[in-house]
Amino acid sequence: MTEEIIIAGFGGQGVLSMGKILAYSGIMQEQEVSWMPSYGPEMRGGTANVTVIISDERISSPILTIFDTAIILNQQSMDKFEKSVKPGGTLIYDPNGITHHPERKDIRIFQIEGAQLAAEMGNTKIFNMIVLGAYMNVKPIVKLENVIKGLKKSLPERYHKLIPLNEDAIRLGMKNVAEIAN
Amino acid sequence: MGELKLMKGNEALAEAAIRAGADAYFGYPITPQSEVIEYLMAEKPYERTGMVVLQAESEIAAINMIYGAAGSGKKVMTSSSSPGISLKQEGLSYIAGAELPCVYANVVRGGPGLGTIQPSQADYFQSTKGGGHGDYRQIVLAPASVQEMADFVKLGFELAFEYRMPVLILADGVIGQMMEKVELFDQMPRLTDDEIAEKYPWATTGKKKGTQRRIITSLALQAHEMEAHNMMLQKKYADVTEKEVRFEAISCEDAEYIIVAYGSSARIAQKTVELARKQGIKAGLFRLITLFPFPSKALQNLCKQGVKGFLAVEMSAGQMVEDVMLSVRGCAKVDHFGRFGGTIHTPEEVLNALKSKIIGG
Repeated sequence: MTEEIIIAGFGGQGVLSMGKILAYSGIMQEQEVSWMPSYGPEMRGGTANVTVIISDERISSPILTIFDTAIILNQQSMDKFEKSVKPGGTLIYDPNGITHHPERKDIRIFQIEGAQLAAEMGNTKIFNMIVLGAYMNVKPIVKLENVIKGLKKSLPERYHKLIPLNEDAIRLGMKNVAEIAN
Repeated sequence: MGELKLMKGNEALAEAAIRAGADAYFGYPITPQSEVIEYLMAEKPYERTGMVVLQAESEIAAINMIYGAAGSGKKVMTSSSSPGISLKQEGLSYIAGAELPCVYANVVRGGPGLGTIQPSQADYFQSTKGGGHGDYRQIVLAPASVQEMADFVKLGFELAFEYRMPVLILADGVIGQMMEKVELFDQMPRLTDDEIAEKYPWATTGKKKGTQRRIITSLALQAHEMEAHNMMLQKKYADVTEKEVRFEAISCEDAEYIIVAYGSSARIAQKTVELARKQGIKAGLFRLITLFPFPSKALQNLCKQGVKGFLAVEMSAGQMVEDVMLSVRGCAKVDHFGRFGGTIHTPEEVLNALKSKIIGG
């Protein structure tokens, strides 16, 4: 099994940390992982994206042009990455702020109202965890227990009290992701 | 099994320096390797092991601190990225001339000049042909993973002290910035001053009554003395070339076409090999681990085995390809492909180049 993912959105949406949590979860279930961010001028104030690979085997290129799954969180990223999903692959997006919805017929497309659900929970910071939950439902590759284990290992102890909130957000995302008829 | 962590290449390099028992890190921040000094400052190794971490006023100051500390037998490291490494060249030439051990890392970015902050492999000539003046060499290790960023610090110090010469860890922006799983080696002890004085008869540890003065210099005013010194250096480099070649051959056993690459280009090319094999092309990857010494004999052997062509893939306009040509000596076709100036080639682009330049060309 090899899963090649691109997560793309605005800086500040938690794109990079969502990727990191995913990668850490992969380690917790004894898989190989890589996390390659876009860095440099494009990161400063603009779009942010990260390529995450989870595999049972040694990972070759950490830099990819086509992906099994694209998680898309703004219009610029939709313009850039809708075409980068492998035929038969998966696209998950938050419709908030999207003006041109994906149109491909050869991939599976899912929506998650991440921004809206986060606002309803009264905490916009857990937006990325809701989206992560959506991904985990669509692609059950990393197990929830391993995500929690990964959080425990990667977060400083003073933040551990926030883990239940993150777990709730993941469950909310899992519940609310919806496939778009295609 | 050691401790498993998810780390950036730059962080792994920094943590490995602490664990390798380094006495000091002198540096100056520059993208894309600023995480090295950031990590060290946050980690406070002076509390963990007594290791000194110092941000110098410039790259030139940092490398001369390395020169001085290495002369006293201390285990010292610095790091920078391309423009900063250019500034360090004078010091490196002196260190090589004075036969002192040190480890330094170059997390290469696009050049020339101030260039760009994105990854590049265009410092190959500088790294392998002597970036400073004079007939000197340095061992160049090319990590292709975060794991190797950590492991090569330990290996680098071993080699640096065995041969008393600078060891360069030549990474690039991809390896520095990416995160991967890394298994960290256990903490090694720092040597005490007495242990250094006993172990390294060349180190300037303070003259005591009845002992010989120890002088460290790269200067010899008499030409014949300098020639003799150079001949001794060349003998050492020949010894390194004989003993320290490292490489990895992936899917090369039955390969008709071989991609030669190092660092992040090797990772990308490994994907190309997977894609090529799916299309029925017998492709292999020859990954360079040491760039100096260069694995010439191993490439010649692949030629004898019947390889029809080699494609050198590097993020440069074509530098390492020259060493492939010198190794193969016309017995098979050799060509180059690479994006450069901070642009990274994709596995698909490499496959197209393999087909057009080597297989069909």
